[in-house]
Amino acid sequence: MARVFREEYGRAVATLARILGDIDRAEDALQEAFAVATVRWPAEGTPRRPLAWIVTTARNRAIDAIRAERTRSGSEAARHRLLEDTASDELDSLTTETPIPDERLGLIFACCHPSLALDARVPLTLRLVAGLTVPEIGRGLLLPEATVAQRLVRAKRKIRDAAIPIGEPPADELPERIGGVLAVLYLTYSEGYVATGDAGLRRDALAEEAIRLARVLHQLIPDEAEPLALLALMTLHHARRAARTDAAGGLVLLPDQDRGLWDREAIAQGLALVERALRMRRPAGPYALQAAIAAVHAEAERPEDTDWPQVLALYDVLLRVTPTPVVALNRAVALAEVHGPADALDEVEALAELEAMAGWAPLHAARADMLRRLGRPEEAAAAYRRAAELTGSAAQSAFLAARGEALGS
Amino acid sequence: MRYLLLIYGDESAYATATPEDMQNEIAAYGAFSEAITAEGIMRGGEALQLSDTATTVRVREGETLLSDGPFAETHEQLGGYYIVECDTVDEAIGAAKRIPGAQSGSVEVRPIMEFD
Repeated sequence: MARVFREEYGRAVATLARILGDIDRAEDALQEAFAVATVRWPAEGTPRRPLAWIVTTARNRAIDAIRAERTRSGSEAARHRLLEDTASDELDSLTTETPIPDERLGLIFACCHPSLALDARVPLTLRLVAGLTVPEIGRGLLLPEATVAQRLVRAKRKIRDAAIPIGEPPADELPERIGGVLAVLYLTYSEGYVATGDAGLRRDALAEEAIRLARVLHQLIPDEAEPLALLALMTLHHARRAARTDAAGGLVLLPDQDRGLWDREAIAQGLALVERALRMRRPAGPYALQAAIAAVHAEAERPEDTDWPQVLALYDVLLRVTPTPVVALNRAVALAEVHGPADALDEVEALAELEAMAGWAPLHAARADMLRRLGRPEEAAAAYRRAAELTGSAAQSAFLAARGEALGS
Repeated sequence: MRYLLLIYGDESAYATATPEDMQNEIAAYGAFSEAITAEGIMRGGEALQLSDTATTVRVREGETLLSDGPFAETHEQLGGYYIVECDTVDEAIGAAKRIPGAQSGSVEVRPIMEFD
């Protein structure tokens, strides 16, 4: 039953928020409907259409609540009378057999709206679309529950007070807004993939929620290539999860991973998704390019089988599409494999000159690796120590510090 | 819902603007005002004098304190505003991004508190 509640949460909230005109009211009504279901379903059996049952029950509860409020306050009543006038047909016609349309796409766009604070978009999406509870979000993002609750309250208040629409953006803004949604989903996935803090390297549950959301987004807009590409990218990364940590929870890098632990079925799925995404849109978008790079790695039986010239060529294109220092660093790592660490080190040193990059741990880790391969162990050890100090992940820090110490001895 | 579109820009540019620059700017704002009037969302708007003409008023413990200039010292100053009436913030953003000042400065979109 808990699984049904979570699976249907997004669809139920999306529909209720529209017909009730308010997210808080929708959530309150939904909680009451779940409470009723918890009592009645075990006794009477699960309804034929659980979602319609939940939405109808929540609707009834919301109407009761609105009536109770109306008798209390005059000015509030005016608002709700208006609300009932606009949505009454739909409120009345709803039955436990009515098919509920899938309105999650509009809800996703609202949760990822650029007018909302960036640090609120991930928790809000996890709460409203994925149906996670506040404690679950707190555990997933390593935030105190009170912080999560506060961000949710503020974001929902802004949705109401600034009239952020729960719906699809105008066509001319669609590509940009889809980009914003994808960024939130990828941020959610990344947080599960390299978890910050002391909770170990991975938080699979969060990564899996991000994959589930990406799948929902792809199903809702199947003709857009980039949501499909993001799903492919996440699927391929996630297929390697068992090999990314050792028995002690420490980090294992791609060349050192036991490829026997890779999830072959997930890789096959991911590869098929990449191919579809690449066929759908030319030139390929940034997520399709990243997914294609992940696919090249996934196809190599052994590290030495990796088609590095292909990886480098893909990074060359990606750098033109998204010219960011992060992409430039990843391209330099591929360059080291194709043309040797000396050329690559020059590029990394140039990146390290950028103020925004000076405190970024992966840059120092890559620099350390290149210095080590060039036979400059003291500089390499110093760079590993710097990277270990800078990373937000305890598991990564221990790994980098150990690499540095191995060179020092 | 009504939204206030606050237009911020670096007003020091006006010191070096040619008469032709000024005419172009006036024409661009005229076109924008006509467009949102035709769309039926225009509820008002004005251009403001330069920010050094401002006086900031504070009352502390019954005493009135006046100081010259705008409240916030930033390199972008409030130069004008529009009030538009839209159903959603997306519509208000859609108007804000067509304001000529958005090209060089920034436009803040603020919902107006409605008391009913």
